[in-house]
Amino acid sequence: MKPPPFEYHAPRDLGEALDILAGAGAGGKVLAGGQSLIPMLNMRIAAPDHLVDINRLGELSSIDAGPGGVTVGALARHAEVERAAPHPLMVQALRLVAHPVIRNRGTVVGSLVHADPSAELPAVLAVLDGSVRLARRADGPADGVVTRDVPAGAFFTGPMDSAAEPGELAVSAFFPALPPRTGTAFREVARRHGDYALAGVCAVVTLDEDLHISAARVGCVGVGPVPAVVDVTEACERRPAATVAWPRVAAAVRERAEPDGDVHASAAYRLHLVGVLAEQALKDAAREAAG
Amino acid sequence: MSREHEITLTVNGAAHRVRVPGRRLLSDCLRHDLGLTGTHVGCEHGVCGCCTVLLDGRPVRSCLMLAATADGHEITTVEGLAGPDGMSPVQRAFADCHALQCGFCTPGFLCTVTALLEENPEPTDEEVLEGISGNLCRCTGYQNIVKAVRRAAELKAEES
Repeated sequence: MKPPPFEYHAPRDLGEALDILAGAGAGGKVLAGGQSLIPMLNMRIAAPDHLVDINRLGELSSIDAGPGGVTVGALARHAEVERAAPHPLMVQALRLVAHPVIRNRGTVVGSLVHADPSAELPAVLAVLDGSVRLARRADGPADGVVTRDVPAGAFFTGPMDSAAEPGELAVSAFFPALPPRTGTAFREVARRHGDYALAGVCAVVTLDEDLHISAARVGCVGVGPVPAVVDVTEACERRPAATVAWPRVAAAVRERAEPDGDVHASAAYRLHLVGVLAEQALKDAAREAAG
Repeated sequence: MSREHEITLTVNGAAHRVRVPGRRLLSDCLRHDLGLTGTHVGCEHGVCGCCTVLLDGRPVRSCLMLAATADGHEITTVEGLAGPDGMSPVQRAFADCHALQCGFCTPGFLCTVTALLEENPEPTDEEVLEGISGNLCRCTGYQNIVKAVRRAAELKAEES
């Protein structure tokens, strides 16, 4: 249970980090909070040639909340974002991420790049239609930096797989702000407190002036290779939450889920859960929107 | 490959310069390089909480951190919790309430609870459970550990 040997790099600024990553190519791996990567190293699931520790890049630890949304730097720890509380759905999700001690080190952007289909934050980025900013060294002799913003829908490409290419560093993530009269909620079921969820659902519900549901989306966790986003606005039929045909909404969510069974829960149970949790999360979000 | 790195760790107030390979875990550096075996190593993947230490005052898993990442930082281990007058309120509360039996998980609990009560001196029952939820105990049982957390909060309040 010790990491395999690798070349350890501790760059002092972004340019140096990108140079090392460019040189390391596919053998390079970025270390931020390490709360997923170091277990993978200890268990020898990961064996990079070069480990690029970005913990000295203080420039990446910012949390900027503006009218359009929140930009979280690659070194912003879960606990720091939870305390800053820049976005209600992020806070609801962060309380479900592992345990408080893990959240002292783990980073929000790291959770996104790790792209575990059972993790909460990828589903939050997906349901909000957020994006991840990737940086790399520009080709040629000039020491320029090229960045690209990848929307959540294209960022999560498979279980534990993202659109980040060798040589690229995820420098920040953008979580769009909520429109007016909008509520959010996150519901999940885990075997033990702090474990990865068997299934989970985050919901975003917007009401019109008569408190009828004008938009509703859910992001589902643990029921497919990537976070599944389902727009259930139509199934809610622009009704107030009290008269929505919830079984129809749950069916619409289940239709888009493709869970696998494992030792923790069967696929059928996960499919059942995701419908139940969707109804609960949507009702919670609608209540918050009305409140 | 895997050349060594010279790092400085301030552990329990004393600065140590050590040479470590990049892959050295902070938990192993504390135990093997510095001889501070109070920090216990259980699962080595962040689940059990035995190896919890304080990094710049905040509890972290020392098995999920490279020693080289901790270069320049301040670390408090269980050996550093007692003051010149003896055991800390958290340590005394654990002894008073029989919150340890075999003692394997205890260093992690002590560090976690010390930080919990620094940040939140009067935690609710729910906050206590949430605060220690990342530490596993397999023999004492959690009832006495929860009692000890409440007792430690009382002791700290009385002594401040």
